[in-house]
Amino acid sequence: MRNLAVLGVLVVVLAPLALVLPPAQQAVAVRVLIFALMAIGWNVMSGFGGMFSFGHAAYFGIGAYTSVWLLVKHNVSPWLGMLAGAALAAAFGTLTGFLALRYRLRGAYFALATFAVAEMLRLLATGSDLVNRAVGYNVPLLRGNSWSMLQFPAGSPNYFWVGLGLVAAAVAISLLYLRSRAGRFTLAARDDEVAAASVGVPVLRYQLFTIALSAAITAVAGVFYVQYYLYVNPDLAFGASVSIQAILPAVIGGVGTVWGPVVGAVILGPLSDVTATLLRQPPEFLGFLAGRGGLDVMLYAILLIVIVLALPQGVYGAAAERLRRWRS
Amino acid sequence: MSGVVVTQAVITGILTGGVYGLVAMGLTLIFGVLDIVNFAHGAFLALALFLTYGVVRTTGAHPYLALLIAVPVMFGLGWLVQFTVLNRAMGKPLANQLLITLAVSLLIENGLLLFFGADPRSVRFPGEHGIGVFGAVASLSRVLAFAAALVLAAGLYLFLRRTRVGTAIRAVAANRQGAELVGVDVRHIYALTFAIGTACAGAAGTLVAPFTTIEPTTGSLFTIIAFVVVVLGGLGNVLGALAGGVLIGLTEQLGGVFVPSQSSLLIVFAVFLLVLFLRPQGLFGRTG
Amino acid sequence: MAILSVLGVSKAFRGLRALDAVSFEVGRGEILGVIGPNGAGKTTLFSVLAGALPPDAGRVVLDGRNITGGPAHRVARAGLVRTFQLMRPFASMSVLDNVCIAAMTRVRSRREAHARAVDVVKRVGLEKWQDARADTLPTAWLKRLELARALATRPRVLLLDEVLAGLAPAEREPVLDLLAGLRERDGLTMVFVEHVMAAVMRLSDRVLVLDQGAVLMSGPPGQVTADPRVIEVYLGEEPC
Repeated sequence: MRNLAVLGVLVVVLAPLALVLPPAQQAVAVRVLIFALMAIGWNVMSGFGGMFSFGHAAYFGIGAYTSVWLLVKHNVSPWLGMLAGAALAAAFGTLTGFLALRYRLRGAYFALATFAVAEMLRLLATGSDLVNRAVGYNVPLLRGNSWSMLQFPAGSPNYFWVGLGLVAAAVAISLLYLRSRAGRFTLAARDDEVAAASVGVPVLRYQLFTIALSAAITAVAGVFYVQYYLYVNPDLAFGASVSIQAILPAVIGGVGTVWGPVVGAVILGPLSDVTATLLRQPPEFLGFLAGRGGLDVMLYAILLIVIVLALPQGVYGAAAERLRRWRS
Repeated sequence: MSGVVVTQAVITGILTGGVYGLVAMGLTLIFGVLDIVNFAHGAFLALALFLTYGVVRTTGAHPYLALLIAVPVMFGLGWLVQFTVLNRAMGKPLANQLLITLAVSLLIENGLLLFFGADPRSVRFPGEHGIGVFGAVASLSRVLAFAAALVLAAGLYLFLRRTRVGTAIRAVAANRQGAELVGVDVRHIYALTFAIGTACAGAAGTLVAPFTTIEPTTGSLFTIIAFVVVVLGGLGNVLGALAGGVLIGLTEQLGGVFVPSQSSLLIVFAVFLLVLFLRPQGLFGRTG
Repeated sequence: MAILSVLGVSKAFRGLRALDAVSFEVGRGEILGVIGPNGAGKTTLFSVLAGALPPDAGRVVLDGRNITGGPAHRVARAGLVRTFQLMRPFASMSVLDNVCIAAMTRVRSRREAHARAVDVVKRVGLEKWQDARADTLPTAWLKRLELARALATRPRVLLLDEVLAGLAPAEREPVLDLLAGLRERDGLTMVFVEHVMAAVMRLSDRVLVLDQGAVLMSGPPGQVTADPRVIEVYLGEEPC
């Protein structure tokens, strides 16, 4: 399939970047990859599935905490932690999704419910001795490269390659999913749930499957995050900003498309760094802003408004549509 | 469990709840009339908090005097936001509106962060002292805030019921097309309603300034609580929002007393989910 | 034995009796027309039959199998499929994909489902629109898409909710021919709600009259439409 071929080419072309980029840019690149992974996960449920989630931090955090807890307490490899985290997040998503859908929560109510669930996890983690309360966990530092424990020295290109591999896998999964029976049924249910049921599509079953897949991908992002930044606490894992970070790239790039979340991540990832650099040396009359935070998020917000109003299909989505029309 | 502790929790809960109700009233009005989930609601409150701080710092005036500035400013800002930005997203999918109000909230909160920094600030209430209420102690500022909230609530209710504009608002909430047919300028009503909603948030911001930590993230907390109250009280139900606010205030305080190990917010969220699942129309149902 | 038996179905909405002990049977290969003034409960009846709405009382039996209460997708799988008065296409997909979805619920092989969809699309006359996005179709063709989707599931009983509504008189004939052909060629059993009397007269073997949620009478079309009670119930209704 053409898209898979494009994916393959991209991976081959981008891989050498890790060797060429200076450390600061490397960090940005890894951040882009983490954003992309989170957004791809969010997009599966909210874009393909049409179920707007405002609490994806729940899955991210479950992935992060499961893996880091297994690592710190039982020295389990984060690769296994990924599997465990993904499985746990999928199960959790299926359960909460079932409750929400069964009680007929839709639209804004559904979104608010997902938010409440993520917040509850954050509060539970903050108050629970089982997971170290607000202190969180530090990943024990290892010396040198360890592929088995997914830890490398700071600035190592291996992180980029792992991230690239994970994002490529997620994109491939999205592509295969869209073509699959499950994916087609999910899209139909998204377009019109009642009509889909009336021709025999078991809507609830496929909605739950979509949620589970979405949760699993986002959980993997959480594990990778912990292994890269070597630290996690309830706010970093379950905070509202995490949920927002999963949404923004997908919306900017194009909800419901395969490449949209990736494009969005590429746009947003470097933005933080650009604003931080600007603020480090601000112009004279804005001198009091030096070293302050918040400008990057303000730019995200403005970009978000512009996209939603002017380009609701997202940057990639609009470009793809324009191309399609030009072809026919 | 000491009776005094419980009484204290009840009193504080009711007093805080009244202000929650005021914030929620604005939100439920917006929800009920425009069908918009206003994630930026708390941000307007935060803006009013900082405005109050600024007024007190520069003029040394009584914080409540800031109401004269905060309320009109939030009203005007709300009108602006609705008219220029949100209006274009009306009739579009829900996600669009959610995202725009989210963006506005991020814009405001991070703007505050950028200009004021993250350090918490406070405003003192002149003549602050404790008042004995049924054996518990209530700070003067809280009591006055509660009273003011009730007055504003009554004012809003009467405005909606007794004035022509208020009736127009209720008409649009009940049946947009019908209202248009009888000559109501719906776009102006939308802007007006949103502005009233944000003005409520603004008023609440000034009222709570004396006893709330003033930092950019305070707004988010109020947004969350406002949503819980709105769902509890019933979408669009202004009196329900007041009642819901008091209920949540009580839940929060009593939760803190009986389950001290966990954050009281956890219990609030648990109540929220229960209401969403079992009675999404709220305890009092939706009004037109 | 009748293919569809409706036994004492009742449904009320907050005190308003939408369906009142409705009972009737439909024989194999029979075409039953359901008529009645607006608000008589026809769409509610369809929703209950299709399993989208659980009845307060009564049973719906399809070929000996109790399908009361749904869920909707299981009723569709059992062979009872409905179309909607207000069309509900899968807007983001092409016409062919819309029909494919329906075929895929019955057939595991994608190739077979695709082939079936192409065949059905041709039968309803939509080949020219095959690859167009469903939300670009005009009303008349959306109706056919509804029909095509339902047919792709190879239903045993087809419920048609005002399939002619919104069609200009010139557009109606081809649809009626299509429906008549379905019965001739496939022996499809159909229950259809319609306001257009000419269509009811032409297509139905029997007609069922609903008024205020209850069955007023049933019988051959000529007899029913001449009955004074039926005429009275329609008094004030617009002739089509």
